[in-house]
Amino acid sequence: MTATDPHRVVEAVWRIEAAQLIAKLTRIVRDVGLAEEIAQDTLVIALEQWPKQGVPRDPGPWLMATAKHRAIDLVRRRIRYGEKLAEIGRALEIVPVDEQEAVDDALDDHVGDDLLRLIFISCHPVLSTEARTALTLRVVGGLSTEEIARAFLVAEPTVGQRIVRAKRTLAAKRVPFELPPPDQLAQRLTSVLEVLYLIFNEGYSATAGQDWMRPDLCREALRLGRVLAGLMPDQAEVHGLVALMEIQSSRTWARTDGAGAAILLGDQDRTRWDRLLIRRGLAALARAQEIGGVLGPFVLQAEIAACHARARSTQETDWSRIAALYLVLSHVWPSPVAELNRAVAVGMAQGAAEGLAIADRVQASGALDQYPLLPAVRADLLAKLGRTTESRQEYVRAAALTRNAKEREIFQAKAESCAPTESAAGLAVDVGP
Amino acid sequence: MRYLVILKAAQPDGPPPAELMEAIAKLGMDATNAGVMLDMGGLAPTANSARIAVTAGAVNVVDGPFAEAKELISYVVYDVRSKEEAVEWAGRFMRLHRDLWQGWEGEAEVSRVFGPEDFAPQG
Repeated sequence: MTATDPHRVVEAVWRIEAAQLIAKLTRIVRDVGLAEEIAQDTLVIALEQWPKQGVPRDPGPWLMATAKHRAIDLVRRRIRYGEKLAEIGRALEIVPVDEQEAVDDALDDHVGDDLLRLIFISCHPVLSTEARTALTLRVVGGLSTEEIARAFLVAEPTVGQRIVRAKRTLAAKRVPFELPPPDQLAQRLTSVLEVLYLIFNEGYSATAGQDWMRPDLCREALRLGRVLAGLMPDQAEVHGLVALMEIQSSRTWARTDGAGAAILLGDQDRTRWDRLLIRRGLAALARAQEIGGVLGPFVLQAEIAACHARARSTQETDWSRIAALYLVLSHVWPSPVAELNRAVAVGMAQGAAEGLAIADRVQASGALDQYPLLPAVRADLLAKLGRTTESRQEYVRAAALTRNAKEREIFQAKAESCAPTESAAGLAVDVGP
Repeated sequence: MRYLVILKAAQPDGPPPAELMEAIAKLGMDATNAGVMLDMGGLAPTANSARIAVTAGAVNVVDGPFAEAKELISYVVYDVRSKEEAVEWAGRFMRLHRDLWQGWEGEAEVSRVFGPEDFAPQG
């Protein structure tokens, strides 16, 4: 009979509470970097005290109360410092006027709102996409710099610098701790959703390295999406993104074989798809449909994913509906990748020649010259049309273009055998636009 | 990582206090909003259960109720980053029972559900 290691208990409570703590503290001190420092200090106090005195009865509220006191102390000291400066006749510029109000604010409870604001700040347009991604995982996800670096195959100091610079930029640009005004909300929400989906996609179809996917990134993006859905339950696109991520995550088991080799969508054993995640995904999609309004890109992609999830096999998939959904998607969110996916769906619904015609137009546009799935899709369609030699050449090109080792193995194997079967469906659709 | 928590308890007579039900609902909402609760459900008394055993080559079905002092009450499925996180969520649930239902005794078993990461090829 042993209790768990107190340090690991502290760490677990910290993981659960960190984002809420930083959100609350940012509202008090109006600075994400400073808020994170205070939160870290609080963690240190817990690490010192809990192993000696025992884990408090309610560890979450304990952390919150301790952190809040430190933040309010800090603000009070700054106010007093400002008053002292004023007494000796110096400028008051360094003290924001509304700090007393901030202390008052700290006494009421708006953690949910604060967390939402923190998510919007982390995904603020003044930051580069890389900075948004790193900062979101750090302050909202509570991942360590090391974990983020490992997930993105980047050196740890690089991630550290990105995060430090992001916090400095937010402070320098005086980004206010508030939700964007209503007229900008939709646009900013799009940026938030894009960051989450970018994190998910990097996990789901790792662009480089030995791993076919990095499940930790998928899980974190999905978790953050679920958090966002709780905070913004009236936004169809938020539920659409969650639905998309739940359904795509349901395939994780089926995407590799026992030896770790990748298996494309069309070749997957669908009995290995996770029914619980599919059920959750379809429920989230139903929520999005209830809310209604103009269909956004994430709801549309979730609808496509749902078509796959509902089908018992590649053959039984409603390819006409998928092709139609991609056509709508290409109007809402024009993207050559979505168009390539439409080529696959049309190839299944109407015939390889019709699909190839679309893929050829994508190729002619030159927009996807470096994208390995373009030659891969063409290779599959060419093979179906009996044009074996061209098909092999395209698989070789695909293998040369990809930076992902597992994906390269698939394309090389297909080039060698070059008698592809029914697997055209797998190539593009499982990756997302 | 996915964890299955199964709650076993000897419930005092009478319905659970309203404060407890309220607090449980709030905790469930917290866990849902934190993105960690995948599924949950209550389990009917074992009078409705059945057990199927294979012993000495025979398959035997026995209907409930069963004789144990504790009943299976409910289950939760969490998706968290460590065992300690799952234990902390389950612990919050248990503390609510301790604080809000006099005489309640029970235990929660926290079990890891294998995921794809457990079968990743080595090297």
